[in-house]
Amino acid sequence: MSKWANMRITLRENKLAQIILLVLFTLVTAAAVHLMERSVTAFLLLLASLLLLYYTSFTNGIKWTIALILLLVVIPFASSGGSSYDSYMEVATQCGIYVAMALGLNIVVGFAGLLDMGFVAFFAVGAYTYGIFATDQANNFISGDLFPLSGGTFWIFILIGGFMAGIFGILLGLPVLRVKGDYLAIVTLGFGEIIRIIFNNLEKPVNITNGAMGLSSIQPPDLFGFDFTFPHQYYFIVIAILLVVIFAVRRLEHSRLGRSWKAVRENEIAAQSMGIPLIRTKLIAFAIGASFSGMMGVVFAAKQTFIDPTSFTLIESTTILVMVVLGGMGSVPGVILGASLVTILNLQVLTELTNWLNQLSMQGIIEVPNALSPSKMQRFIFGMILILVAIFRPNGLIAAKNRKIPKEVVTGGPHQHHEVPAAAIKAKARPE
Amino acid sequence: MFASILQTLPQVLIDGLALGAIYAVVALGYTMVYGILELINFAHGEIFMTGAFAGTSVLLLFQSMGWLGGLPAWVSYVLIIFIAMMVTGALGVGIERVAYRPLRKAPKLISLISAFGVSFVLQDLVRFIAELKTGNYIISVPQLFDGRFTLGFSSMTAMFSNATVKTNTIFIFIVAIVLMIGLDIFVNRTKWGGAMRAVAQDRDTAALMSINVNKVILLTFFIGSALGGSTGVLFAQQYGTIDPYIGFILGLKAFTAAVLGGIGNIRGAMFGGIVIGVLEMFASANLGIMTGGNFGAEYKDVFAFAILIVVLIFKPEGLFGKAVKEKV
Amino acid sequence: MRWRWNGVVAAALAVGLLAGCGNGGSATTTGAASGGDSGSAGSKVIKIATQSPLSGGSSIQGEAIRLGAQMSMEDHKEDFSKLGYSLELVPYDDQGDPKKGVANAEQIGADQAVLGVIGHLNSGVSIPSSVVYEKYNIPMISPASTATEFTDRKLKVANRVVARDDFQGPAAAEYAVKTVGAKKIFVIQDKTAYGQGLAEAFRDKAQELGATIAGYEGITVGEKDFNGVLNIAATQNPDFIFFGGLYAEGGLIIKQARDKGITAPIMGGDALDSSGLVEIAGADVKGALYSSVAGEIAKMEGGSDWAARYQQEFGKAPEGYSAYAYDSMTIMLDAIKKTLDSGGGEMPSREAVRDGVRATKDFKGIATEVSFDDKGDNAYAKVYIYEFADDTYPGKLVSEVSQ
Repeated sequence: MSKWANMRITLRENKLAQIILLVLFTLVTAAAVHLMERSVTAFLLLLASLLLLYYTSFTNGIKWTIALILLLVVIPFASSGGSSYDSYMEVATQCGIYVAMALGLNIVVGFAGLLDMGFVAFFAVGAYTYGIFATDQANNFISGDLFPLSGGTFWIFILIGGFMAGIFGILLGLPVLRVKGDYLAIVTLGFGEIIRIIFNNLEKPVNITNGAMGLSSIQPPDLFGFDFTFPHQYYFIVIAILLVVIFAVRRLEHSRLGRSWKAVRENEIAAQSMGIPLIRTKLIAFAIGASFSGMMGVVFAAKQTFIDPTSFTLIESTTILVMVVLGGMGSVPGVILGASLVTILNLQVLTELTNWLNQLSMQGIIEVPNALSPSKMQRFIFGMILILVAIFRPNGLIAAKNRKIPKEVVTGGPHQHHEVPAAAIKAKARPE
Repeated sequence: MFASILQTLPQVLIDGLALGAIYAVVALGYTMVYGILELINFAHGEIFMTGAFAGTSVLLLFQSMGWLGGLPAWVSYVLIIFIAMMVTGALGVGIERVAYRPLRKAPKLISLISAFGVSFVLQDLVRFIAELKTGNYIISVPQLFDGRFTLGFSSMTAMFSNATVKTNTIFIFIVAIVLMIGLDIFVNRTKWGGAMRAVAQDRDTAALMSINVNKVILLTFFIGSALGGSTGVLFAQQYGTIDPYIGFILGLKAFTAAVLGGIGNIRGAMFGGIVIGVLEMFASANLGIMTGGNFGAEYKDVFAFAILIVVLIFKPEGLFGKAVKEKV
Repeated sequence: MRWRWNGVVAAALAVGLLAGCGNGGSATTTGAASGGDSGSAGSKVIKIATQSPLSGGSSIQGEAIRLGAQMSMEDHKEDFSKLGYSLELVPYDDQGDPKKGVANAEQIGADQAVLGVIGHLNSGVSIPSSVVYEKYNIPMISPASTATEFTDRKLKVANRVVARDDFQGPAAAEYAVKTVGAKKIFVIQDKTAYGQGLAEAFRDKAQELGATIAGYEGITVGEKDFNGVLNIAATQNPDFIFFGGLYAEGGLIIKQARDKGITAPIMGGDALDSSGLVEIAGADVKGALYSSVAGEIAKMEGGSDWAARYQQEFGKAPEGYSAYAYDSMTIMLDAIKKTLDSGGGEMPSREAVRDGVRATKDFKGIATEVSFDDKGDNAYAKVYIYEFADDTYPGKLVSEVSQ
């Protein structure tokens, strides 16, 4: 016991030991991923090196540099070794998409405390924004035979998709502002369903979404004549957007706006009496959260090349909510971890487990009833995660923590509060 | 246009009332729990669904044992409803004990998330059992009352066409009315009902008046869930097929009914249920005619949710509820 | 600060657990493969994947596709082991969800031993997944997807043995108008890619043949109460009702229409071709019609033997798609074998198999003859019209339409 404790203390205080551990771990897993034909375990462990990095005690700058090296160089290079390259990259890309969405929902649920159960609607708005104009669909209601737009417009559409989703976020926000707490959950749930039903039916009187038939042959993005088709190409797009999103979220969290959100979450009336504009604060939360989701919607549409309303059902909204709740509401690193874990569980672990059980029952070793196949147990697993986290760990895997501001900074006078240079706070604050 | 709307009106009303009666009884469960705990019991729709499955499996069991032949259909019907009520009542109590009670002091958001989780777990558990037993989770239900008769509205006035009524529809009305009157008497006239109202008004003061709050909450969950379960059986008999996912959207609509009537208000829930049922049926039969075929029956759920949103924005206390001022 | 490294340990444990599970999966997959290696003395593994919904509303038909494919593979195992190859089936569950289908397709693409895919059931899943297969040059043969879009994009990998919607829908319309004599038709569809495509094709052809369309309404999948739509139908008093959608809703519509006293014949598409329909609609199914892209197996040459074998092997009667999946797999394996023979026993490339599948001409299977045209459509595909004379599945074959 004491030996363990000693080791822990050494590790905690010795940065050299930490870096050695991290590099060793990364090298071993990367080599494993690179050399083995197909090993899900090795790939997951390689991703876990990011988690390990999070727990080291370097300054944020160094952490970010190492993270970038890991994400942009080590992981793509390690996976490119075998034939499973694109399969790994597909998982990583999907992870990235869901992380961005979960971060968006985290602003609404985690920071502002507004339970939104129809979040996938904004993802759908983003996806359809690109889908409609990057196919010949738009010719149905805009004359001139201008469409499909070329894949070069994809980059602008990332912004337009985010913007459209933001508008929808405000549209949903406006009526919802009068509604509180658990009513809000129900209203947003209803809103998510309404959006899906409308997309499913909007092929008459004017054919806008092509209804249930969906939109196919969506143009892939192209950059100076270079087409993006494989997951390992989308991976870099997703990582780029994700970095912007994470950067924005971290900046927002500790800004004046971020503090207003948290104040509204803790007590609306008290926040209002402290001079926080309630309506504007909530609306901005909805808009920003939605726009992250919308941007990823555009990427999703381009990557799938086909979208239809069945991709945007209630279970998707729930999945994103599970990610936020599991990771820790209001905690950015927590949400990233939660989203990655749930996506990997969904895409890799359950599928592999099912395949394995199928193999076993085909070889006649064990008889697994079809009903028990793990890939069908999604709802059960998600439900259990929600209940267990709510009861035993309401703060999630990595709890949110408020940045502590040293006493002398605070007592320096309330009017100076915002003028304190960020560097001063960072220097005094506990290193993260 | 109006002629064709009028034509179907009798049939639309009858179908709408049957659906509305089901919504009403399910809405009672939402309203009772909300009245006492101020918690939306998200899992209530799934309790309704479990009731449908419990009733059907008992019925199938009876059938395989050959007990049905000896009993009149209505006796076995009542028996099955009773068993389903006991099962779902116990289930409701269990859910309260496991997933809600530990969170009674936690923020609203947390208990809501837990409730949402329970709803998902129940869906999958029922699917699992059904699929294991029958190989498919969509179950066909043997019908106890298979008859139907025609009401001759057209002989009254030529504006109407005839309406067909299933015998089971009549049974739904009877059961729903008996349950609602029974609940009303229980809440307003008995000692336990008084305790329930006291806890709903002020939990701490009620505790001081030597009311066992935990027991009252358990009782509320038992009764609310049993009501939901009984409707499950009625639903299964009316439509003949059930699957584990029937509860979710139906629960949402029943919740809309509870909000419309004023949440926490039992008579309001009954009224709201009937209104939502009739409106939904009217919308699905006439939306297409009214909009010249541009927006058809597929928009009827949008219609139901729009009612919910409009009520919550303009009259959040509902038609019969009292507005509550929030304090810091 | 203590919690921090506690957290690390906890997280490491969690990841380890996850990884453990994942490991279990991959280790045994490779384990099974290497087991095959050592078992038949240096034989190489050829894998064929199936993708179909093994869970969800269409799981009966999805399972049928898997079992049909499995049966054909077992029939051919011996041939291939003589050539030094062992066959392996990898069933994937696409859950009827395009996203899941695409993610599975990426995994299939990564596995170099997979030379072909049998699937999917739903057109909505086949269309996006085929784009992924095209990237990896993996040929797919769908035993069930009927949407026109599936082959109209002229992909090299997309093939199907069944008829297209713009053939099935009109064929059904022709039967309805010409044989049944329908003049006033009410069309209901379930607002899915499949149901809508079929219903529209039916509606347009019926109009062309001179019938009036009394109404065209949509329903929601998963609902149980269709009284609203049927009330509209009842006022229109049509002499024929067509439903484009799946059996779970189709069964209920038949039943509730009869409850309402609507006596007009009700017809549906190939998705009603399931024992589930009879189970749901009960005795009311009598008189209902459905068009199917699957023929009556028992009537085919050698069909009844085949059906008996299927029954014996899997303990259930074949569904409509079982035999089509069987034939699809046989075509796939034939193409692989031909490439093997011409390549001197070398492990065939995916491109070669892809072109081999597309070159299939005059193949005689259990359920159908197959010749793929340049788009991957089957020139021999037929549409069959069935009627339920009794409340037993399958219905009685009343008409057969060829292209």
